[in-house]
Amino acid sequence: MTALTVTARLPARRYLIGAVLAAWVLGHALLSGRDTLPLGGAELTPLHEGANEAWDTVDDNRNSNPFFLYFVNYIRLVLDESVRFVQALISQPSFGRPVPLLGWLGVVALAAAITYLFGNIRVALLTVAGFVSFGLLGLWAESMDTLALTLTAVAYSLAVGIPLGVWAGLSDRFNRFVTPVLDFMQTMPTFVYLAPLTLFFLIGPASATIATMIYAIPPAIRITAHAIREVSPVTLEAGASLGATAAQSLRHVRLPLARRTIVVGVNQTIMAALSMATIAALIDAPGLGKTVLKALQTLDIGAAFNAGLAIVIMAVVLDRATTAASRRVEAQRRTGREISAFFRRVEVTVALGIAAVLSYLSYTYVWAAVFPAEANIGSYVRRAADAASAWVQDSLAGFTDALKNLVTYGLLNPFESLLAGSPWWLVFAAGVAIAALVGGVRAAITAAVGLAALIGLGLWQDSMVTLAATLVATLLVMALGVAAGVWIGRSDRADAVLRPVLDAGQTMPAFVYLVPILGLFGPTRFTAIIAAVVFAAPVAIKLVAEGIRGVPATTVEAARSAGSSPWQVITKVQLPMARGAVALAANQGLIYVLSMVVVGGLVGAGALGYDVVAGFSQHQLRGKGLAAGLAIVVLGIVLDRVTRAAQARTDRLGVIKED
Amino acid sequence: MRDQPVLDVRGLWKVFGPRPERAVGTTLSRQELKETTGCVAAVRDVSFTVRPGEVFVVMGLSGSGKSTLVRCLTRLVEPTSGEILFDGDDIRRADERRLRELRRHRLAMVFQHFGLLPHRCVLDNVAFGLEIRGSARAERYKRAREVLELVGLTGFENSYPDQLSGGMQQRVGLARALAVDPDLLLFDEPFSALDPLIRREMQNEVIRLHREVGKTMVFITHDLSEALKLGDRILIMRDGELVQMGTADEVVGAPADDYVRDFVSDVPRSHVLTLRWIMRDAMEGEPLDGPELDPDLVIRDAVRVVLSADRPVRVVRDGALLGVVTSAEILEMIAR
Amino acid sequence: MAIRRIALVAGAALILTGCGGAKVGEAPSAAPGTGAAGSGAACGTLNLAINPWVGYEANAAVIAHVAEKNLGCTVVKKDLKEEVAWQGFGTGEVDAVVENWGHDDLKKKYIEEQKTAVDAGLTGNKGVIGWYVAPWMAAKYPDITDWQNLNKYAELFKTSESGDKGQLLDGDPSFVTNDEALVKNLKLDYKVVYAGSEAALITAFRQSEKEQKPVIGYFYEPQWFLSELKLVKINLPAYTDGCDADAAKVACDYPLYELDKIVSKRFADSGSPAYTLIKNFTWTNDDQNLVAKYISEDKMAPAEAAAKWAADNEAKIKAWLPTS
Ligand SMILES: Nc1ncnc2c1ncn2[C@@H]1O[C@H](COP(=O)(O)OP(=O)(O)O)[C@@H](O)[C@H]1O
Ligand SMILES: [Mg+2]
Repeated sequence: MTALTVTARLPARRYLIGAVLAAWVLGHALLSGRDTLPLGGAELTPLHEGANEAWDTVDDNRNSNPFFLYFVNYIRLVLDESVRFVQALISQPSFGRPVPLLGWLGVVALAAAITYLFGNIRVALLTVAGFVSFGLLGLWAESMDTLALTLTAVAYSLAVGIPLGVWAGLSDRFNRFVTPVLDFMQTMPTFVYLAPLTLFFLIGPASATIATMIYAIPPAIRITAHAIREVSPVTLEAGASLGATAAQSLRHVRLPLARRTIVVGVNQTIMAALSMATIAALIDAPGLGKTVLKALQTLDIGAAFNAGLAIVIMAVVLDRATTAASRRVEAQRRTGREISAFFRRVEVTVALGIAAVLSYLSYTYVWAAVFPAEANIGSYVRRAADAASAWVQDSLAGFTDALKNLVTYGLLNPFESLLAGSPWWLVFAAGVAIAALVGGVRAAITAAVGLAALIGLGLWQDSMVTLAATLVATLLVMALGVAAGVWIGRSDRADAVLRPVLDAGQTMPAFVYLVPILGLFGPTRFTAIIAAVVFAAPVAIKLVAEGIRGVPATTVEAARSAGSSPWQVITKVQLPMARGAVALAANQGLIYVLSMVVVGGLVGAGALGYDVVAGFSQHQLRGKGLAAGLAIVVLGIVLDRVTRAAQARTDRLGVIKED
Repeated sequence: MRDQPVLDVRGLWKVFGPRPERAVGTTLSRQELKETTGCVAAVRDVSFTVRPGEVFVVMGLSGSGKSTLVRCLTRLVEPTSGEILFDGDDIRRADERRLRELRRHRLAMVFQHFGLLPHRCVLDNVAFGLEIRGSARAERYKRAREVLELVGLTGFENSYPDQLSGGMQQRVGLARALAVDPDLLLFDEPFSALDPLIRREMQNEVIRLHREVGKTMVFITHDLSEALKLGDRILIMRDGELVQMGTADEVVGAPADDYVRDFVSDVPRSHVLTLRWIMRDAMEGEPLDGPELDPDLVIRDAVRVVLSADRPVRVVRDGALLGVVTSAEILEMIAR
Repeated sequence: MAIRRIALVAGAALILTGCGGAKVGEAPSAAPGTGAAGSGAACGTLNLAINPWVGYEANAAVIAHVAEKNLGCTVVKKDLKEEVAWQGFGTGEVDAVVENWGHDDLKKKYIEEQKTAVDAGLTGNKGVIGWYVAPWMAAKYPDITDWQNLNKYAELFKTSESGDKGQLLDGDPSFVTNDEALVKNLKLDYKVVYAGSEAALITAFRQSEKEQKPVIGYFYEPQWFLSELKLVKINLPAYTDGCDADAAKVACDYPLYELDKIVSKRFADSGSPAYTLIKNFTWTNDDQNLVAKYISEDKMAPAEAAAKWAADNEAKIKAWLPTS
């Protein structure tokens, strides 16, 4: 019976959506340009001015308010000192010495020993190669500064994140409370909170650490909570039936079973911290990010790429090392313990012994302390990158204009005109109606509240312009994601070739590729879209590929034995069965695109992204920048919730139909 | 009743859903209840007793409430209403602490999907219950080794669960339960996930263990032949309700309703029923000098004697003639 | 295992005896900042904010060079946006900002209200803000430099971003612009498009010159890029005092900025010779453009660029030093 009503309702719903869209387009044709709630670049609303004032109040009371004296300032002190301590160890002159305690040789040896002991010999070698390449690129000190900041932030993130994650894993109530907070932390553009952070924690390592933590804690909490939750209920029940207390079952059952997943969380935390540690250069965070930013000022593509390369290498090393560590957690329990105990002790002694000797050398001798300047290939890398970028710009120039115009006139302008050029009430009504139709009542309420918030923030039109660009970018991301994802999912060779490229796309700071892309497309909205696609496509591609790989081999075999062509296998079996993964890819692609809105503002996207950037730079615009940041968060939350509701709904329908 | 029952369950209800107390005592059908209150009554007014040393089997189709019932017994699932007397104490009144004591020392459970700890070796898995209640390491390993020997896993102490076959894993589950030396063992479909051959082997193992250690057991299954093979008495559930309770031959010989009849229809009745079920009074003039058999003899084992006798077989208990059986009764039984 | 240990120790000993080399702290070249004789004690640490444009960096590099070499200060450079740098005055994180463009709001807040900052005089550089085109355009359309002819050329500047109007590329988010008001009040057939960053602006002008693509946009001097490409300024209605008082009604050119230096109150009161240096520091646009060019185009490190300039301009530097 249910199946009947559903199949009866399904086409009706499609028609309804069509009708809403038609009404919208018609309304737009008739009323275009009316009630669009525009706000000029330098104009402010009372809300923005109020935010400015609140800001001033904080600034004025920093030295008298007990909240600052007894709380904020202590946090700052502890964080500052922690970062400085690690810097003193590996990156900055310290203890009256002209060099840090550990020279390059010591750091390389120690890193290799640690990765060897927690991972395996292969990642240890990779680590050595990676760390030595920092020196070869001529960026040893900068790399170590970035590493120091990243590691400190990761240590604190885990110290805070894992316990909170355990709590969220155990308590539904806390989980419900913390989830939206985490969403907020992850979608709020960095630019928005960098300046307020310096307001509270001043310029320096503390603010940089906290900025990094804001971005890096959410994965730690989320993944830990997930790990704790997914522990098999059967095993837990077995523990309970033997009379385990809550503490015992946490210690003996939940944590050990969750350990492997928690290590994955550690990996994600490190990656997030690294990407933020480079952006924190905007508030004087030491390290590679600064090199990149400096290079951007003089449009020095070579130097930016050189530093970007170091960041990518660091990301790859840290990623592979933690992945190896998590594999080892798995492998450890398979090998018998008795045999390995002895070997292990030998291994530890030898590895640490060698590291200690080399560390001592690097403490004592200049050649082991300061990376030899003669061995510097940085200038070659810079020149090669410059040449490559020049070549690309010269040879693609004709083609890029055509592409830009095609997307801008064919897709972006109509979208933008419909969203930003229609009266606000029309967009509001249509938006809520569509949310209701695709996602149900709750999605509609979310959409209504969100859209109302955009009006309240005084940034309706800017939000609509940004939304249009976001949707177009997401479409492109998905087109790429499905095409490349299917390819990678079906071919191991494609996977082997493309995966490093994807990793680089994800970890290379956007500032590095902005300049060449600018050269190709000029300061336009399309440039911003391309930058977002470069950043977001890897995630989408990986997720789709994962989904395609997840389709059981037997199903594919069955389709093939029934005489399907490869195209039929893809469209009729693999993609439909990977539907969940594709939907997730769309959702994540959207979120990643949104996180690039601000970067887009730097290259011509205007609207919310520019508001945020300007708010970060201009005193009288900071309230507006804050509002624009919130508007981005609102867009993110609305889009996320609506797509997820729609996804849940199609899943349900799918199940009923298949019954 | 021979002694005081180990377990005495009276009027037990378990309702899932919002404000479950409301649904207690309801007579609405499953669907009606769901529609009117949004609740599911997984166990409805079930009462039974388990005697010391008995193997008490609860049987029913999937979803009939067996798992819920057995979990109510140790309050892994909190009952909604009713009494559960364990050695005379009401388990439902026990506080957190006392309940934990009960679970640690007197009750133990074996699960369908084993519930082993993958990060611990077999020995540590078996010793887990002892560890939790705070036994010293040497002592708990000693005990764990004893139990492992009992279930035939000596030599696998240092293996990890995922290195063992399903049957061996369940032996570990069994050993873990036995290790705490409980008064009552609960099994929730322990062998459903195993291959038929292994299942048979494990059933025999349980029979052997029951003989050797003499524990009282509550055994859940959806497999009638398993129930008949192991159970001293069988409780049949449907939609949370008790449909019938009795010995194997009572259930097969006199099904309480169509549900049970359906259930037992595939069972070769001659393998379960005894002569008691087919004997009749001797007719006038029938010769009463045929062979003698016990009324509790399973029909299958009497076939040869009855068919080869040229006169009615007498069913005798303590020298008294209870009735007779002839080839006619046997053939009718088998033909049905 | 004992054997392994012995081998290890032996190996270590071998390494230790086998290789010598300079020890850390022994080599005089390894210790920085010891070159300045005598006056080091008085100066201490100078915390210089580095705002993110190359002209600023040029000022800072030369000041840092002189402070270190002539006064024996320890200079700590902090890369900060303006707003954030001004906040640092109150906390002692920042001692000086050495090129300030206007920022009357910040001055009001930090100099007048919080009294954490004080004015330290002009840098001698003149800041010009306005609308610019690439040289080829000025050559090809000579009358384009007069704003009254802009509407005639609006068609040229149409892009995918500006619809049916001409595109006026605005840009660096760090500066307040009146461009939207200007376009409106001068009745120009243009749309302001926000490039979003200095990098985007420069790239656009570069492309304009290279591909003869028409671009008109907001720019400013002194700026190192002008030494690469001499952009031509459009003449807007001349600036008169107060013509920009009401932001919505502006219809005149931007004022000429006399760039100045701001220092923290604490630093000004400390009597540090570095304060005197900063107060005395002044040079010309050409001086700055030269150092900026060393840094941006010749890709010298700022310190190198400053040293090079300082070697050629000893007289100027002498005038900045405290007289003692
Ligand atoms: N935690 C629960 N919440 C809601 N309903 C449940 C829960 N556990 C079991 N049920 C319902 O109770 C009924 C009995 O389930 P169960 O005891 O698992 O049956 P069985 O073990 O006989 O297969 C089923 O309809 C099931 O859906
Ligand atoms: Mg069950």
